[in-house]
Amino acid sequence: MAHGPAKGFTRWLYTTNHKDIGSMYLWFSFAMFLLGGVFALVIRAELFEPGLQIVEPEFFNQMTTMHGLIMVFGAVMPAFVGLANWMIPMMIGAPDMALPRMNNWSFWILPFAFAMLSSTLLMDGGAPNFGWTFYAPLSTEYAPPSVTFFIFAVHIMGASSIMGSINIIATILNMRAPGMTMMKMPLFVWTWLITAYLLIAVMPVLAAVVTMMLFDIHFATSFFSAAGGGDPVMFQHVFWFFGHPEVYIMILPAFGIVSAIIPTFARKPLFGYSSMVYATSSIAFLSFVVWAHHMFTVGMPLVGELAFMYMTMLIAVPTGVKVFNWVTTMFGGSMTFETPMLFSVAFVILFTIGGLSGLMLAIAPADFQYHDTYFVVAHFHYVLVPGAIFSITAGVYYWLPKWCGNMYNETMGKTHFWMAFIGLNLTFFPMHFAGLAGMPRRIPDYNMMFADWNMISSVGAFLFGAAQILFLFNVIATIRSKRGATAEVWDNPEGLEWTVASPAPYHTFTKPPQIS
Amino acid sequence: MAFNPQQAITKLVAKLLVTVVGMFIFAVWIMPPIYDVFCDITGLNGKTGEQYQAVSAEVDKSRTITVQFFAANNETMPWEFKPMLKSIKVHPGEEIEVKFYAKNNTSRDMVGQAVPSLVPYKAAEYFHKTECFCFNNQPLKAGESAELPLRFIVDLDVAKTVRTITLSYTLFDITQSAATIASIN
Repeated sequence: MAHGPAKGFTRWLYTTNHKDIGSMYLWFSFAMFLLGGVFALVIRAELFEPGLQIVEPEFFNQMTTMHGLIMVFGAVMPAFVGLANWMIPMMIGAPDMALPRMNNWSFWILPFAFAMLSSTLLMDGGAPNFGWTFYAPLSTEYAPPSVTFFIFAVHIMGASSIMGSINIIATILNMRAPGMTMMKMPLFVWTWLITAYLLIAVMPVLAAVVTMMLFDIHFATSFFSAAGGGDPVMFQHVFWFFGHPEVYIMILPAFGIVSAIIPTFARKPLFGYSSMVYATSSIAFLSFVVWAHHMFTVGMPLVGELAFMYMTMLIAVPTGVKVFNWVTTMFGGSMTFETPMLFSVAFVILFTIGGLSGLMLAIAPADFQYHDTYFVVAHFHYVLVPGAIFSITAGVYYWLPKWCGNMYNETMGKTHFWMAFIGLNLTFFPMHFAGLAGMPRRIPDYNMMFADWNMISSVGAFLFGAAQILFLFNVIATIRSKRGATAEVWDNPEGLEWTVASPAPYHTFTKPPQIS
Repeated sequence: MAFNPQQAITKLVAKLLVTVVGMFIFAVWIMPPIYDVFCDITGLNGKTGEQYQAVSAEVDKSRTITVQFFAANNETMPWEFKPMLKSIKVHPGEEIEVKFYAKNNTSRDMVGQAVPSLVPYKAAEYFHKTECFCFNNQPLKAGESAELPLRFIVDLDVAKTVRTITLSYTLFDITQSAATIASIN
C-alpha cells in the first residue's frame, strides 16, 4: 500500500481519498465563507448610516438573501462535512469512508450548485431577493426570473448533503475498528451520526418545498397560491419542518468538536459522556416538533402556540446538560488557553447567550414584539457565529497540525481569536438593543434612533471580516512552514487520530488498530 | 468472518435511500392534504368547507347571529368587487341568499377567483355554503358585470358565544394561470 496521491489536478478531480475530499470541502467552504462575508459587509456598509448610500434597496435584498443562503449551505454545512471526512475514519479506525466514489461525487457537484446560485447575481432581474427563508408567494408569484436557478441549485446542494450523510452513516455503522463500540466513539462521531440522520430526514423536505415552488411557478399548480386553493401559510409549515432540524444540523457537530477540545486543554476526561450522547439525541428528536415557533404570528390557535412554546423551552434542558458538562469538564482542570481552547471556551459562553435569547423568543406572547426584528438577527447570529463558525475554527486549529504536519503560529492564532471575539460581539450584541427598540430585519434604511447601534455593528463586522483574512494567512503560513508537529501534537490528547504520524499518512488504518 | 461490511453497507444504503424518497413523497403528496384536512377540521385560517347539502329545515328562532360580508381585491386585481349587503341578521338553521357584485372595468377579458376566509375560526366549520361563487372561477369579459350568489346556513350547533361572523372574500386575478391550465388540457 505504498502508493501515495496522484500528481496534478486530476488527483483532486478523481480522488476517492477521504483526506483529499475533506480538504477540498474545507477549502470550498472557506471560499464560500469569504463570499458570504463580502455580502455581509455590503449589508453592514449600507447600514453604517441611516439613509440610502451605497446600494439600491433591490440589491440590498439580494445581498441579505445570498448572504444567508451561501453561509448556511455553502460555508457551515460543507465545513462540517469536510471535518467529518477528515476525522471520522481516523477517529473510528477505518481506512476510508464507506462509499469513496460517492464521496467524490457529493463534493464535486457542490461547486456547480454554488456557481449556479452565484451566477443569478448577473442575471436580468437580479439574484433571489426574498430572504434565505424564501417564503411564498414572495418566492413564487413575486420572484425574479432567476428563482428557477435558485431552485435547481438547492436541489443539487440537497443531493450533495444527502449523499454525504448516507456516506457518514454507512461509515460509522459499518467501518468501526473491532472493539470500537458505539459508546466508545468520540462525541464528534456521535454528533455527526445524529446530524446525518437529521439530514436524511429533512433534506428531502427541502427538495420537496422547492419542487412545489417550481410547479407553482411554471406548471400552474397552487400549492402555495391562495387564488388556486393553496395556502401560503402551508409553505411556512413545510419550510420550517425542514428549517428547524436544519439549524440543529448546523450546531450538533459543533458540540462534538468542542467536546473533543475542552478535555484536551482541561487535561481531564469529558464529564458525563453518555449524558452528552442522550442529550444530543433528545435535541435532535425535539427539533422535529418545534417548527411553528418560527411562525407564532401567522395566526395560530392558542393551543398551538402553547404547545410549540413549551416544546421549544424543553430544548433548553438537554442543551443545559451539555453546557453543564463542558463547564464541569473545565472545573478543577489544569487549563491552558491555546487557540483551539480559546475558541471553545468562547463557544460555550457565547452560545449560551444565544440560547438565552432563543428562550426569550420561544415565549409566544413576547415573540409578537421580537418577530422579524433585529433581535431575531442577533439571536441566530449568536448561535451560528460563535456556535458553528467558532467551533469549526477551533476544530481547524486543533487538527491542522495533524493534517499538514506543522504547528501553526500561536501568537497569530490568539490575535485571530481576539479580533474575531471582539468583532463578533461588537457586531451582534448591539443588534439585541436595536431589535428590542423595534428595528425590523431586511431593510436598507432605518429610523435615526437606531443609528448608533448600527454604526457600532458595522465597525465590528469589518473587524470580524479582517480577522478571517488573518485566519487564511495563518493556515497558509502553517502549511508552508517547517515547524514540524509531533504525532500527539497536544498534551496527551485522547483519540485514535493522535496515534498516527503528523502529517497523517495518505492511507491510515489499512489494518484496524487494537482498541482496549 | 461472518460480518461482511460491503453487504452491510449496501443494505444500509438501500434503507437510507428509501427513507430519503419516503420523506420527499411525504412532503409533496402527504403533508399538503393532511394540512388541508387539519384546517377543515379545526377551521384554522378561516377556511370554509365545500358545497353543503342541507339536511334539516329546523330553524332556531331564539338566536340571532349577525353575518358581515367583506370583499377585497388582491393587489393588482382591477375589478370592482363588493358585497351588495354589508351585513345581515340570521337565525341558525335558516338558509339565506346574498349577492356580491363584480365588474370587470378593464378592456380585456379576465378570470377572477374569490377565496373565502372567516372569523372567528371556531365558527368556520359551522358555516355551511349550499351555493357559492367561490366554488368556481369567474370569467368576465371586458366591461362585463355580474351578481354573484352566495347561499349559506349557519349551523344550529354553532357555539353560543358566537354572535357575529365575518366572512371575507379576496378576489385574485387568475387570468394567466387559467390560460396555462387551459393550454395544458
